[in-house]
Amino acid sequence: MTIALSGKEIADKIAEKFPGSIIDSNQSYFVVKSESLLPVAMYLKDTPDYDFKYLNYVTAVDFHDRFEAVYQMTSLERNHSIVMKTTCPRDNPVLPSVVGLWKTADYQEREIYDLMGIRFEGHPNMRRIVLWDGFPGHPLRKDFNGA
Amino acid sequence: MEVGPVHRQVYSEIEIDRAEGAAIEALKARSVQPIRDPDRWLDEELKKNILLTSVDAVINWARSNSLWPVVCFPACCAFEFITTAASRFDISRFGMEIIRASPRQSDLMITAGTLTWKMAPNVRRIYDQMPEPKWVIAMGACAISGGIFASADYAVVPGYNRIIPVDVYVPGCPPRPEALLYGIQMLQKKIKKESIRKRQ
Amino acid sequence: MALRTEPFALNIGPAHPSTHGVFRMRATLDGEVIVDLEPVFGYLHRGVEKLAEQRTYTGIIPLTDRLDYLASMSNNMAYCMAVEKLTEIKVPERALYLRVILSELQRIASHLVATGAFLNDCGAFMTPILYMLREREKILDLLEMVSGQRLTYNYMRIGGVSQDVPAEFMPALQKFMAQMPRFIGEYEQLLKENEVLIARSRGVGILSKEMAINSGASGPVLRASGVQWDLRKADPYAIYERFEFDIPTGEMGDSYDRYRVRIEEMRQSLRIIEQAVKQIPDGPVKAEVPHLFHPPRGEVYVHIEAPKGELGFYVVSDNSITPYRFHVRAPSLINLTALREMLIGWKIADAIIIFGSIDICMGEVDR
Repeated sequence: MTIALSGKEIADKIAEKFPGSIIDSNQSYFVVKSESLLPVAMYLKDTPDYDFKYLNYVTAVDFHDRFEAVYQMTSLERNHSIVMKTTCPRDNPVLPSVVGLWKTADYQEREIYDLMGIRFEGHPNMRRIVLWDGFPGHPLRKDFNGA
Repeated sequence: MEVGPVHRQVYSEIEIDRAEGAAIEALKARSVQPIRDPDRWLDEELKKNILLTSVDAVINWARSNSLWPVVCFPACCAFEFITTAASRFDISRFGMEIIRASPRQSDLMITAGTLTWKMAPNVRRIYDQMPEPKWVIAMGACAISGGIFASADYAVVPGYNRIIPVDVYVPGCPPRPEALLYGIQMLQKKIKKESIRKRQ
Repeated sequence: MALRTEPFALNIGPAHPSTHGVFRMRATLDGEVIVDLEPVFGYLHRGVEKLAEQRTYTGIIPLTDRLDYLASMSNNMAYCMAVEKLTEIKVPERALYLRVILSELQRIASHLVATGAFLNDCGAFMTPILYMLREREKILDLLEMVSGQRLTYNYMRIGGVSQDVPAEFMPALQKFMAQMPRFIGEYEQLLKENEVLIARSRGVGILSKEMAINSGASGPVLRASGVQWDLRKADPYAIYERFEFDIPTGEMGDSYDRYRVRIEEMRQSLRIIEQAVKQIPDGPVKAEVPHLFHPPRGEVYVHIEAPKGELGFYVVSDNSITPYRFHVRAPSLINLTALREMLIGWKIADAIIIFGSIDICMGEVDR
């Protein structure tokens, strides 16, 4: 049975190692600041106790005042998983890209850019993927009225 | 637009994507009204009363019994078309088992799947490359009107008849193989009423 | 005199007989060897995630059918499980057994198409796919008996399944299961040691274990690279822990291993169905759920082992009758992440084989 680790415990450990990086945490997930996303992700991937080498998915949600990106990681050896989130403001949505750590995020981040408009810094190929070049707007945003 | 290409390519992918996007926007701007269905066979019978000659009869018999479809398989209906071509609902008994990849060698386009604006210029190009005489069967709800996806009008074309003229509409989601075979028989009846003299 | 060559660009375009749907690859070739490759998709983007925000929870089930249209039952099941986890609805026992039986039947049907198309690409022009479609017709007859539809069933509901199976389903299922092992044996006999198949797919398109895990591959692609990870055993859902079955894995991660893993999985699915048919109880098939219901605020992610890989649904609810956000973790899209690495250095003819062995479905990739 894949154990979903407690967000609060992991958040406490991360707050010790990277002070000031945690915004919020509860039983299911924890939220980090976008500046500390890469160091925290690297720590989670490389520490042998956690060993989160498999990224299940990257997705984004549009709350009306902010965007939230959601990452779920699993360790195949130890059979546990965790959900990590990060936020960015709605008027200038930029987040660091985790493509260097998990190649899975390649197409998924491009799709989030295409449909939601969040740019990922450090992604080698940040272009539209499911819609065509020159499409006006980003359809999955809550204020998109349809073309 | 953004970060430049980092691969070892001999073309510029940004230029190609930009040209493709411009073509799609141009096609979208041109396709606001649906194209009229080809119904000149009705005009001939009712208004001009032209009798078909025996040459017409032979040619129409040959054309209707050896329609060769072209590959146009976007989505789920493609699988019902493939099972129609398989051994249980054999389409070969109608002379149609040769599904040609090349549009230059085919005369029927069975549009099996949802059409999106991104794919639309390519479908129009395949249709234009088919030599006359050619016919189109719109298969499935998505091909007739956009189907269950019609409300996503930012990406889905509301029916193939915005882009190409359609002869027969086969409803269903997906249509059963028997329904598709009935549609093909209707098209064969329609072909038998055409005359080579009046073809546009 | 040395031969001078120049690389040139080739567009393997969206309308192509071997690309399993509208998928485009822009290749840079040096002679026949692929130097670089760029996959382009989005030609079937139908806006499923946006449409789902305007439909009720039960009304999304037909949309999920059309994602991976070769395995509709699995899509339905994963979505219904996600909403059930969000609202903590308990599904009756008979419904759970029916879900398992129908998912495994769907897995066999999907793998039949996948292996048939793969062999078609290998050069055996139409014979294997016609044989496999013949077996698939028998499975589609069973599924039509249950749901009334051949391809997009819309059969599962939140809280169970929509209706009980008719009386003639179980005897027909027993008859099918008695015949099927013989047919799998027939395919094996014709194809397992076939020289052409082995020459074309052994050692072709190797995906290493580290690359597979880093690219997020799942399903037969991951298992053929040697990783023992099957969600039915690692994270059991819907009573899979009551059945005994093996997980076939490969060693090298080449196209031949992916083909063998799918054939073996068909056999294991038959084993699961046999055990489920013996144990199935009587009883209701659907929990009482109001038609327009409001799940509590929250979010959930549920994943299952679909025929193509790990299929997951991420649903965010804000206590209204439509979801706030609906995201599909599509296995075909994520299995394609490693495509470029798998194809560079091989010839164009191998590209079609490697691409066919990954087994994608464009409805999922583009959504």
